Amino acid sequence: MTLHPMGIELLQLILLPLLAPAFAGWVKIVKCRMQGRTAPGILQPYRDIRRLFNKDVVLADNASWIFRVTPYLAFGVTLMTAGIIPLISVDLPLAATADIIALVMLFAIVRFFTALAGMDIGTAFGGMGSSREMMISSLAEPAMLMAIFTVSLASSSTSLPQMVSVMANGHFMIRPSLAFSLIAFILIALAETGRIPVDNPATHLELTMIHEAMILEYSGRYLALIEWAGMMKLMVFFSLGIAAFLPWGIAGSGEPLSLLLRGLYFVAKLAVGGVVMVLIETGLAKMRIFRLPEYLGSAFLLATLGMIAFFILE
Amino acid sequence: MSPLDIAGFSVLLLLGGALCAMLLSRFERLLIPAAFSLATLTSLATAVAGFLAVLQGTNNAATVAMGLPGLPFNLRLDPLAGFFLVVIGLLSTFVSLYSIGYLRAYRGKRPITRLVVCYLLFLAGMSLVVLADDAYFFLLAWELMAASSYFLVMYEDEQAANRRAAFLYLLVAHVGAIAILLAFGIMAGLTTGVASFSNYTFDAMRAGQLSPAWAGGAFFLAFFGFAAKAGVIPLHVWLPEAHPVAPSNVSALMSGIMLKTSIYGMMRVAFDLIHGFPWWWGGIVLCFGLVSSVLGVLYALMQHDLKRLLAYHSVENIGIILIGLGLSMIFTSFDFQSLAALALVASLYHTLNHALFKGLLFMGAGAVIHATHEKNMEEMGGLIHLLPWTSALFLVGCISIAALPPFNGFVSEWLTFQALLLSPALPHPLLKLLVPLAASLLALTGALAAACFVKAFGVTFLGSWRGHRKKEQIGEVAFSMRLGMLLAALSCLALGVLPTLVMGWMDTVPLKLCGARIATSAGRFGWLWLTPSSQERASYSGPVVFFGLIAVVAATYLLLHVRRTAIRRAPLWDCGFERITPRMQYTATSFAMPIRRVFGFFFSIREQVEVTSPPNHPVMADSLHYRLRVRDRFWNWFYEPLSDIAFWIARRVGRLQQGRIQIYLLYSFVTLIVLLAFLG
Repeated sequence: MTLHPMGIELLQLILLPLLAPAFAGWVKIVKCRMQGRTAPGILQPYRDIRRLFNKDVVLADNASWIFRVTPYLAFGVTLMTAGIIPLISVDLPLAATADIIALVMLFAIVRFFTALAGMDIGTAFGGMGSSREMMISSLAEPAMLMAIFTVSLASSSTSLPQMVSVMANGHFMIRPSLAFSLIAFILIALAETGRIPVDNPATHLELTMIHEAMILEYSGRYLALIEWAGMMKLMVFFSLGIAAFLPWGIAGSGEPLSLLLRGLYFVAKLAVGGVVMVLIETGLAKMRIFRLPEYLGSAFLLATLGMIAFFILE
Repeated sequence: MSPLDIAGFSVLLLLGGALCAMLLSRFERLLIPAAFSLATLTSLATAVAGFLAVLQGTNNAATVAMGLPGLPFNLRLDPLAGFFLVVIGLLSTFVSLYSIGYLRAYRGKRPITRLVVCYLLFLAGMSLVVLADDAYFFLLAWELMAASSYFLVMYEDEQAANRRAAFLYLLVAHVGAIAILLAFGIMAGLTTGVASFSNYTFDAMRAGQLSPAWAGGAFFLAFFGFAAKAGVIPLHVWLPEAHPVAPSNVSALMSGIMLKTSIYGMMRVAFDLIHGFPWWWGGIVLCFGLVSSVLGVLYALMQHDLKRLLAYHSVENIGIILIGLGLSMIFTSFDFQSLAALALVASLYHTLNHALFKGLLFMGAGAVIHATHEKNMEEMGGLIHLLPWTSALFLVGCISIAALPPFNGFVSEWLTFQALLLSPALPHPLLKLLVPLAASLLALTGALAAACFVKAFGVTFLGSWRGHRKKEQIGEVAFSMRLGMLLAALSCLALGVLPTLVMGWMDTVPLKLCGARIATSAGRFGWLWLTPSSQERASYSGPVVFFGLIAVVAATYLLLHVRRTAIRRAPLWDCGFERITPRMQYTATSFAMPIRRVFGFFFSIREQVEVTSPPNHPVMADSLHYRLRVRDRFWNWFYEPLSDIAFWIARRVGRLQQGRIQIYLLYSFVTLIVLLAFLG
């Protein structure tokens, strides 16, 4: 018995939003252990989301429809990306919808609307968050695409399933280009998902917040959706990294047992990835905002080095 | 009726309309709807003619025995011209509709007739540029377009700044026109000699063979001339001056389609008249495109005049179009026909897209200015509550230009990315490496454009009202204006969602110019998937993204919308700060501050802070003034030295002018002697 590709697609679309809070909880647990604090338990993000969903929404008087649409859009678009990235199978009907460039642009829609929502109420904090977020993203996006281009040059495709199959099925070779672009990708993923050293998801200190400043006026179910979309985005970025750089064990048949095995393999990769991220976050302090161009510039440089290495060495 | 007949008749109607408008100048109330209905219909006919010409993929040519004796007008409508006719016709249909409502505000304040006449002549001029098939007629049409648009820019001529902007525009346009004239001169003169005027037809130039050096000279003269009109950096300075001062419907046309006629000219010269060139020509075009796109968007970010900001974005988008064009030339020179076709389609598609979204944005900016009587974004805010239609339509334009799916700007940028990523096919090792770097610069441009339009939309439409005018006086704009914008917005969506159909239609253009077509789609439900080279390589599905987004967001709303909880409206929170005023919002200047700081070396920035303290408390601040001036560096690097040199030479030459009749008689005498000595 094999599962129809559409079934795998649906499975992915359902499991990713359900597992994303658990992943966020896992990251939090590891981080607490690492910093000598007591961990809240892996289910805490679920409880947070449920609590927010049960609360009334307090909406500012001059909030427009943009402010109210953004949470649904952010959640919906992030969910859509979850159907496009191959997690446990490359045979996804929806994967042809968007290649990796279009995928990056789908994230950009979420950012565009979140930044607009930040400016919608007309507070200084919202505008500050939007301004900073757009500055960071405008530096991060070229570096991100540069890192991705190197991988897609190696597999001469920008379609994710094709990249995964070429990289995983071809004979294994050490590619210096991919090493460079992996480092660049990690640096940028930290920036894009708003982690230390670029942004701190746990802070509400005026001078340092970026993403939190934009969503400061949200409450109730709107906030729940945005938080949940944020957790999903973190997981999606990890999945993207896994698909682009560690694609082994994604492709395979549609048999339930094999699917389950690959699912466990995927979870293991995620868990290890989370630990790596916590190590980075714990080891570094948050940067001043105007140091970020150097940080993102070095990410871009690494990605460029990766590309040069591809053309010279491979 | 052949497509050429339709296009020719609509141009004749426009010219006739301009003549009638002069006679009808007494009846302004009638003039506006009559003239602009005529413009709408003829533009629609022009678009249809272009559509049919591209669909049929054949050449229609005609010779009209007009003009000078022995020098008839040659007209030709081939797929390339047809494509640009569609660009011209489509946007001018929407803008003409919009103008009916927009110009009502001018009635009784200033003479309308001049505007109407120039507008009609301008439309006719642009169509003729595309239809012309000989150098003489081309330049005639080119000048008709330049002169009529000069008067349109000058329309509000009581302000010195407007007159200066129009003069600058005329100056650059004519420096460009001279270069184009010289380019045609080289091509016509060197292919068959200057003996007869028939060499000035494009057919003669196509048939001729130029030596590489002369071909290069002709191409780069033409490129310079067209680049001056297109606003390619460093020849862009007239653009941010001229576009904001023209009436908004005219800025929409100038930015949306007049700049595109220069793209047409470049394509015509490179692929049709010269055909056959070394790769570095394309490389140079590509470099100019990259510089224009990155610097254009950076300068745009620094603006707080809404229309100036949009004008700089035209520089950026022309840059993106040139990236595709340059790449297509590179691929052509190495005989990669299908890759060249892909890059050319990316460039053409962006031309069409930019015409539509930039037209939409300028129309939206016009509506905002019409409603608020403000040009400065820092004096606006919160308009989303006052202008619900305009704001929603302007948002569509913002999303399109920021290259976000599922709208049209994304499709053409995505195609450009795909074309750039095909560089490993190139045999030249340097190109292999540099072309992907160009892709990263394109990504930078896209991301900065998104930042810029978050700023433009956020500061203008979101937050609360900052202006001096009473909020209650601001109301939604006239129906015809909304209709014009709505149609443009719908076209942006349609071009984004159904790119495969459009590309299937425009296949004949790359087939004629590059000798190949792109495989837009493959397999079952082919129209759903855009696969420019092959399905394994890359794919994008506009319909699935669009309807998928709607479905997923709707499902999210239905499943996760908790009905038990209520929405309570309350004053804004802002971390508990109570006395917040609209002046405390982020402004356009503050929004762009981080980017200004990161990319500061591209601008000449003068920042002044003046603090005055009360005499008895030197530490306390009484009042604080902040002045910021951000200028294009090109003014100091390029134009100020140039104008200094021009003045210096003029002063030297000016010594000839003594003001005494004896001296002037002496000059005449010397001239006569010299002439006699040489010619006698």
